[in-house]
Amino acid sequence: MGIDQDTLLRLTDLTVDFASQEGTVHAVNKVSFDVAPGELVGLVGESGCGKSVTATAILGLTRMVTNATISGSIIFEGRDLVQLPEKAVRDIRGRDISMIFQDPVTSLNPVLTIERLMTEGLEVHLGLSHSDAIKRSIELLAEVGIPKAGRRVKDYPHQFSGGMRQRVMIAIALSCNPKLLLADEPTTALDVTIQAQILRLLKRLSADHDAAVITITHDLGVVAGMCQRILVMYAGRMVESGPAKPLFAHPHHPYTVGLLRSVPRLDEPRGTTLQTIAGLPPDLAHLPPGCSFAPRCWLADDECWQTVPELVETDPGRASACFHRDLLIAGAEMPA
Amino acid sequence: MSAASSQRGAASAAGNGHQTLVRVEDLRVHFPITSGVVFQRKVGAVYAVDGLDFEIKTGETLGLVGESGCGKSTTGRAILQLIRPTTGRVFYEGGDLANLKGKALRKQRRRMQMIFQDPYASLNSRMTVGDIVGEPLLVHHMADRAGRKAKVRELLETVGINPNTLNRYPHEFSGGQRQRIGIARALAVEPNFIVCDEPISALDVSIRAQIINLLQQLQREFGLTYLFIAHDLSVVRHISDRVAVMYLGRIVELAENAVLYETPMHPYTQALLSAVPIPDPAAEEQRRPVVLTGDVPSPVEPPPGCHFHTRCPAAREGLCDVDDPVLKEVRPGHWAACHLITGDDYPHIRAGEDDLGVAVEDAVHPGGESA
Repeated sequence: MGIDQDTLLRLTDLTVDFASQEGTVHAVNKVSFDVAPGELVGLVGESGCGKSVTATAILGLTRMVTNATISGSIIFEGRDLVQLPEKAVRDIRGRDISMIFQDPVTSLNPVLTIERLMTEGLEVHLGLSHSDAIKRSIELLAEVGIPKAGRRVKDYPHQFSGGMRQRVMIAIALSCNPKLLLADEPTTALDVTIQAQILRLLKRLSADHDAAVITITHDLGVVAGMCQRILVMYAGRMVESGPAKPLFAHPHHPYTVGLLRSVPRLDEPRGTTLQTIAGLPPDLAHLPPGCSFAPRCWLADDECWQTVPELVETDPGRASACFHRDLLIAGAEMPA
Repeated sequence: MSAASSQRGAASAAGNGHQTLVRVEDLRVHFPITSGVVFQRKVGAVYAVDGLDFEIKTGETLGLVGESGCGKSTTGRAILQLIRPTTGRVFYEGGDLANLKGKALRKQRRRMQMIFQDPYASLNSRMTVGDIVGEPLLVHHMADRAGRKAKVRELLETVGINPNTLNRYPHEFSGGQRQRIGIARALAVEPNFIVCDEPISALDVSIRAQIINLLQQLQREFGLTYLFIAHDLSVVRHISDRVAVMYLGRIVELAENAVLYETPMHPYTQALLSAVPIPDPAAEEQRRPVVLTGDVPSPVEPPPGCHFHTRCPAAREGLCDVDDPVLKEVRPGHWAACHLITGDDYPHIRAGEDDLGVAVEDAVHPGGESA
């Protein structure tokens, strides 16, 4: 399987384990997916499902964690980031692949001006002179919608509001024209009205810069309006993937069904009780031998408890890791 | 009824037989900003809550929504007198809490409890679960040692925690379980009224529904009255009977749940509702959210006139930026604070063609040579 023109990033069996006192924590477990150039992908799951670790692995940051072991491959533009030496990865990180973090308050260095924060990447990666880098920084700040960018570039992060700081983060992430942008919960720390602004900005900038974006979130609403394709993770494994519309309309994995049923929706009539997914997500150091969702699943039988289901194609472009996918495809409902 | 309430009008639905449990009149909480080391001079104030009038009726859930910093948590705490209001009165079953002190206040506190946002920070990590849930009983002299233990077991069972775990410490429990323990603690003194301050926002998506269902079940079982504070409008819609929307220290709109969500009249409520993402790409495609430009102004220097006029697409110069709008009953049971609502007419906020707003529009081509 060679890398074709339509693939920017291909993860194959990516596995990230962390050694801990409790035993090995299987944070990411044989995760595989592709991202096309310019594609908007949503990576969805609850805390501890491995979505952020997947992103840090793509960025080559897990290699700095001493107790982490990585296997599988992350092919970015034909090169395997897992195998590349740190020096080569450092050229890619921040230039071709960049990241927007969740909390704009803690992820900008408070003792540096916006100018310093922005010009660093431009000078290191693009080799711009300091004055050119400042000029470019001001353009970028204006592009992400910061008024009076020429003056604000001299300010410190604390002089900006949360939404404005997230715009600065986006400007920094975009500064070297990345081909892939990882947005880890980009709006979780923001208010609803600001969230709407930031999501639109991201979508527009992705089109303008022809950059693929992987949006990582626990909020199904955030990816519904923004992403073309959705990847659902549970307990370190990919459980479902597919184009956004059919996936939301008719999920093929019981976990996705449960997630969608358990959140109240503004556009649906008010119900009296919410459907819930019983129980808790499993401990990643002591995963059940079979499907990790089996202890919480209403469809689980003996096979589910014993064997880990593979991700199997259900429709063109769609896949589900469930032995009972045919029941769900046929329209089985979650019991109340 | 006092003169103040007839003058300003406490927002209540007229004549549906429900008794008022809590009434808030002209509640203000201003946190002073001081300067100087030895002699602290007051140089300003954070106007966290700036004149609230509303009622909570026995047995209902009043949802209080707004963005961070709008004063919704301060309101909840000021009602319970955890933060003393700067001015204004809080009536609980007709008695003014703001005048109470010491023993008398503690006696009233038995009737009102709070569930906190962060179950990791609100349980003492050095106390066992049994001690945490039993402490309110001890403080209020409600049971002897044996009675306490029996009561704690019963409470834990009620909230869905195995009663045999009462000798364990909070760190041995998951977030959702800790929140259940926090709920058991609030229930221990058999309160009538509970302030739920963002009780689910620190929890995982699949756990949230469990806690919401538990809160609703407890309300039915014990006839509880809730003030449900949250920023998530979908959750508030699900759980509330009436909803109040706050913006920068003031209530801008208050109505029955269905009314507020179906015919929001205040421009801020309209914008807020349209910005809530819906987990359905097909539905999202059909929507054109109103994207408000700019940020919420600082509560240190709230804008003059209507606090929302700086971001309001319908704001009228010379009116909205000068006069404070009063929260008035625009339709029976539907209260709103907007100058532009007259009779049956109210401003309809629609999404413009330029959906990125002014800030971006004038900034996209600053020098004419951007890449």
